[in-house]
Amino acid sequence: MMKKCFKATYIGLILFLLYAPILLLAVYSFNSADIIGTWGEFSFRHYITLFTDEAILEMIGNTLLLAFSAAILSTVLGTAGALGIYYSKRRVKTALNGVSQIPIINAEIVTALALAITFVVVGIEKSFFTLLIGHMVICAPFVVLSIMPKLKQMDNSLYEAALDLGASPAKALFKVVLPQIIPGVISGFMLAITLSLDDYIVTSYCKPSTFNTISTYVYNATTKGNAHTAVTLSSFWALTTIIFVVIVATVVAANLIGKKKEER
Amino acid sequence: MKRLRFSRKTLGIPYAVFLLFFVVIPMLVIVFYAFTDQENHFSVMNFAKFFSDPTKLSTIVYSLVIALITTVCCLVIAYPVALILARSKMKKKSVILMLFVTPMWINFVLRVNAIRELLNWIGLLGEANYFNTILGMVYDFLPFMILPLYNTLVKIDNSLYEASADLGGNAFTTFTRVTLPLSMPGIMSGITMVFLPSMTNYVVSDMLGNSKITIIGKFIETYFGSDWHMGSMIALILLIVVFTSTMLTGGFQSEENVRGANL
Repeated sequence: MMKKCFKATYIGLILFLLYAPILLLAVYSFNSADIIGTWGEFSFRHYITLFTDEAILEMIGNTLLLAFSAAILSTVLGTAGALGIYYSKRRVKTALNGVSQIPIINAEIVTALALAITFVVVGIEKSFFTLLIGHMVICAPFVVLSIMPKLKQMDNSLYEAALDLGASPAKALFKVVLPQIIPGVISGFMLAITLSLDDYIVTSYCKPSTFNTISTYVYNATTKGNAHTAVTLSSFWALTTIIFVVIVATVVAANLIGKKKEER
Repeated sequence: MKRLRFSRKTLGIPYAVFLLFFVVIPMLVIVFYAFTDQENHFSVMNFAKFFSDPTKLSTIVYSLVIALITTVCCLVIAYPVALILARSKMKKKSVILMLFVTPMWINFVLRVNAIRELLNWIGLLGEANYFNTILGMVYDFLPFMILPLYNTLVKIDNSLYEASADLGGNAFTTFTRVTLPLSMPGIMSGITMVFLPSMTNYVVSDMLGNSKITIIGKFIETYFGSDWHMGSMIALILLIVVFTSTMLTGGFQSEENVRGANL
């Protein structure tokens, strides 16, 4: 019993420490003051700033636009890539698999530096396009990685059967192969979104100077400091709180859906 | 039959071309810059300069020490968490595991900013740069350690523990002779997943260390502005170190160890 108590306390303590900074911001996001530790009065001021400041709204929009376009393109490219790798001859398979692992294992700064130098050498101006490429380089290999196990588990004879029954190769691919690997495709897509939303280093190397995402904006505001820093910094508390609530809601919803599926 | 095989394989061509242009060629560009001088002549000077400059070497050593302390702290904190959860008979343990992963989905920079605000509130920001940096890294990379550890520990068959007890092993010997050796793959994979970012992810050290701490990642970043040849050489050395250590530790065991894959 003692032991059990101790275990629960340990888990509880680590969880508390993990959530403490976020909860602190969540509490103070409803405060009128701009500094943590001084309590003014209850207020939605920081939320209002968040939703009215044009620069902040723009960077949030940029982040979402970038994440969704990078994730969708990476998923399409990665799914096709995984299928192609899976059906290739052994040598091609090993080579492609190996190269595909590079961005996963590599330090992000090395990937970022290599891409940025290459863009300059080739003479490509930094734009949304280069940024998108940068994000696809970090996302697509993870999509391939999450689809590969599903392809290996797949029953190959089903595809052959579909062909024997008169389906065209393309139809068999969409109607027989794709449904079997769809869980991998979905988790690859989710992974791509989180990777893209989270990224700072590749973004900072591939973005045009006027373009900001949440990561680069917050980083610049805290390390370099700009004119209306105090207002901006405290609206990040509101932003963190909103993102946290959205994530918790998503996790709870995913769990509920999962449970319903199990019950069926 | 021949035409049909062809059509399936061709699906991989766009991805192969993409990898060639944006992964292989950039790596070759790095290698080219690392081994040339300002006039683009072949040179090993960058390599020689790197290993003969004491300030460069001491930066690397500092960075390695920070990464090492971070990794050890993560391992010491995460192992009991993973073990308790893996051995618990609770029905809801997947929910608790989820709680450890959830903060990872908040934007990385915002998460670091949250610790920054906390440290500022306590009064440590700008006062204890090394402590803050390591604290921030442990905080941010802890889930990378918990997940692979949990995944290997949960697969250990309960009968092995019983067998150890039957054969007279006490809790301590069971741990050192059964649990620890069997969780080695998870430990190695956790170490690679924490050590690498704590050597290279300079967001934490910049935001919490008051921009006073230079880790290897930041080091490369500073050369990006001034000397691509030296920057590329450091990047190349880092690349080789990372790939050798990944090969030695058996790489990323499976996709389930990768961040966020537990959604």
